[in-house]
Amino acid sequence: MIEGIGIFKSFGDKEVLKDINVTFEPGMTNLIIGQSGSGKTVLLKSLVGLHEIDKGRIEYDGRNFTDMSHNDRKNIRKEIGMVFQGGALFTSLDIEKNVMFPLNMFTNMSFEERLERTNFCLKRVKLENVNKLYPAEISGGMQKRVSIARAMALNPKYLFCDEPNSGLDPLTAIVIDNLIREITIEYQMVTVVNTHDMNSVMEIGDKVVFIYQGKKWWQGSRDDIFDSENKELNDFVFASPLSKKLKKMK
Amino acid sequence: MKFLFHLGRYAKLMRMVFSRPEKPGIYWKRTVEELEILGVNSIGIVLIISFFIGAVITIQTAYNIENPFIPLYLIGLGTRDSIMLEFSSTLVGLILAGKVGSNIASEIGTMRVTEQIDALEIMGINSASYLILPKIIASLIFNPILCFISMIVGVFGGWAAGVAAGVVSSDQYIFGIQYAFIPYYILYAQIKTLVFAFIIASVSAYQGFYTFGGALEVGKASTRAVVFSNILILFLDLLLTQMLLT
Repeated sequence: MIEGIGIFKSFGDKEVLKDINVTFEPGMTNLIIGQSGSGKTVLLKSLVGLHEIDKGRIEYDGRNFTDMSHNDRKNIRKEIGMVFQGGALFTSLDIEKNVMFPLNMFTNMSFEERLERTNFCLKRVKLENVNKLYPAEISGGMQKRVSIARAMALNPKYLFCDEPNSGLDPLTAIVIDNLIREITIEYQMVTVVNTHDMNSVMEIGDKVVFIYQGKKWWQGSRDDIFDSENKELNDFVFASPLSKKLKKMK
Repeated sequence: MKFLFHLGRYAKLMRMVFSRPEKPGIYWKRTVEELEILGVNSIGIVLIISFFIGAVITIQTAYNIENPFIPLYLIGLGTRDSIMLEFSSTLVGLILAGKVGSNIASEIGTMRVTEQIDALEIMGINSASYLILPKIIASLIFNPILCFISMIVGVFGGWAAGVAAGVVSSDQYIFGIQYAFIPYYILYAQIKTLVFAFIIASVSAYQGFYTFGGALEVGKASTRAVVFSNILILFLDLLLTQMLLT
C-alpha cells in the first residue's frame, strides 16, 4: 500500500499540491485524474521521489519514504516500476537491452537467465520478434508496451504510469489499459495511473482520485462517477455533450 | 550570484559523478563505448586540422623570414614549438569542445527532456555517475592520445607543405624539428590536454544534465556547452602556461 499524508508542494510562489491525502491499494488500478495543470503529474512524481515534497509524508507499506536516506530510497526504488508519458526508452539501446537494463544493473543473473526474463516480459506485453529493433523503429503503442515490459522486469511491487495513453489511438489505448490492469491483478501490484483519458477511467478505474486546483477534490470508483453530484468532477469527466447525454441515460 | 549558483550546482553534480558506481563492470563497458564515441571518432577531424595547421604555420613562418642570415631550419623549429606548445593542446581542445562538447550536452540534454534520466533515477541508479563518469574517464584517457597524434601529424604537415612549396629543404626542416628540443614541452602539452579534457566533458555534461524544456533548450544547452568550455579552456591555458612555463 502507498500512502500520501498531508502532501504540500510548491514551485516558487506557486502552491501546486495542497494537503493531499491519498491511499493506493494493491491489486487494483488507482487512477489520478484531473485537468492539465491540476497537479496530478507533480503528485505522481512526488510519490516516486522525483520531486521533494515541502510538507507531509509518503509511505510505502508503512516505510516512510520521505524521511529516508538516499541509500534506503534506492532499495525502495528497486521495487518500483514506472511507465513514462513518452516511454522514456533508452534510444541508444535496442528493445532487448532496454528491457534487460534493470536486470543488468541490479541482479547477478547469468546472461541466459536475463535473456529468458527479458523475453518473458516482452511476451507478456504481447511483443515478440522485436528484440533487436531500436525504439525509433517501433510505433508509439509498441514503445509503451516495451516501457511496461521494462517496468515489469524486476517484478516490482509498485507500478506508476504517467499518461500511458497519451498520443495513442483509442484502440491501442484500450490495449495498454487492459495490459496494465491484467499485470496489476496478476502480480498484486500497487498501480497508480495518471491520466486524463476518460476511456481509461471507465475501463480500469478501480479507484479514482480527482485532483482539482492542487487539492484532492473527489475520490471513488468508476461506477461512483455516474452518481456523483460533484460539479467540478462532472464538468471534467462529462465535458462533451455526448458524455453528458451518457450520464443522463445512466 | 548566478555564477555562484552554477558553481555550487556544478560541484554538487561532480560529487554525484564521483560517488561509488553501482556496478563497476557496467561502468567500464560504458567507458569503452565512450572511448569510441568521444575519442576514436574524433581522430579524423584531428588528423585533418593538424595536418593543415602544421602546413600553414610552416609556410607563414617561411614567408616571415626575410633576413638571409636567419637559418631556414628555424622554420622547422618554429613549427614544432607552435604545434607542441599551443596547437596540439589548446587548439585541439577548442575543436574537441565543439565536436565532443556539443555531442555530450545534446545527448544528455535529450535524455533529460525525454525523461530517460528520470527513468534511471526511478530505477535507483545514480544517473549523474552512470552517464557522466564514463565520458570523463574516456576523455581523460583518449584526449592525450589525440594531442600526441596532433603533434606528429602537425609537424609532418609542416614538412610536407614546406618541401612541396620549396620554402625549406627536407634536411633543414628535419634538423630544425630536432634542434633545441625540450622534452618537457610534451609533458606541458599533455597536462594542459588532461585539464581541458576534464573541462570539456564535465562542463558539457553539466549543461546537458540541467536542461529543462524541449528540443530548443537542448540546442541552447549544446551551444552553452561549447561557449563555456572554450572560455574556460582559454582562461586555463593562460593560467597553466603561467604556472608551468615561467
